[in-house]
Amino acid sequence: MTSNQFMFLLFSAVIVIFSILTVTSRRILRAATFLLFVLVSTAGLYFLLKYNFLAAIQLTLYAGGIVVLIIFSILLTSHIAEKLPTASLMKKWPAAMVALVGAALCIVVILQYNFPGSVGSTELVNVTDIGENLISYGRHGYALPFEVISVLLLAAMIGAIVLAKKRKD
Amino acid sequence: MFEGVPLSWFLILSTVMFFVGVYGFLVRKNLITMLMSIELILNSVCINFVAFNKILFPEHMEGMFFTIFIIAVAAAEASVAIAIIINIYRRIVNIDVEKMDEMKY
Repeated sequence: MTSNQFMFLLFSAVIVIFSILTVTSRRILRAATFLLFVLVSTAGLYFLLKYNFLAAIQLTLYAGGIVVLIIFSILLTSHIAEKLPTASLMKKWPAAMVALVGAALCIVVILQYNFPGSVGSTELVNVTDIGENLISYGRHGYALPFEVISVLLLAAMIGAIVLAKKRKD
Repeated sequence: MFEGVPLSWFLILSTVMFFVGVYGFLVRKNLITMLMSIELILNSVCINFVAFNKILFPEHMEGMFFTIFIIAVAAAEASVAIAIIINIYRRIVNIDVEKMDEMKY
């Protein structure tokens, strides 16, 4: 077993265990912490694949931004000592069946398909290339999605402020 | 195959993560935990994009850009969702989905 395989198996074990704990933990703040572990080990996977810039984005935006936002809203809306009620078996069983059958189906299909054995290049993606692709409007350019996403972020920011603002009446 | 790690391992990992997220979305009743399940689902899709990009088409960067856009959309979604959740909490002092039937009938 090579060191890459070992690191992949380590990260994937952390991801699987903590994502199951995220959806089953009865204390909501712990669930958010487990989600943080899942997101950080996903960033580890990106580092393993030599996408350092993407891993940095994942760490700062997902693990740093979204999880902190979720934890703040948990602290605003629920008591820390409070335990979530367990879901009824009538609800658990169909959901577990959907998840298990879907996962089994997808894994069987993945294992049967023969992916072409292309060798991934091991060189790092240049940050200059990322920046130039994001603002170029030619082939492989992403100027339009970039503008659309900036308008979307502005709209989301204004919408969040307007929604969460205290009403006067 | 990426330095000894086959593509199917990444795909199986993201499949497991996706369906754990689906299970959480179906079972949980608290709005914030449902939002966390959605984050799990989005994250598994990101892993898929990145693995396909690196292993099948290493000379392009499409998968990486899509992942960046997914992360940006997830951030926008989380901020708006949490604003809505706080607004609902102010109204009915609860964020259980089953108690939110004020506008239903």
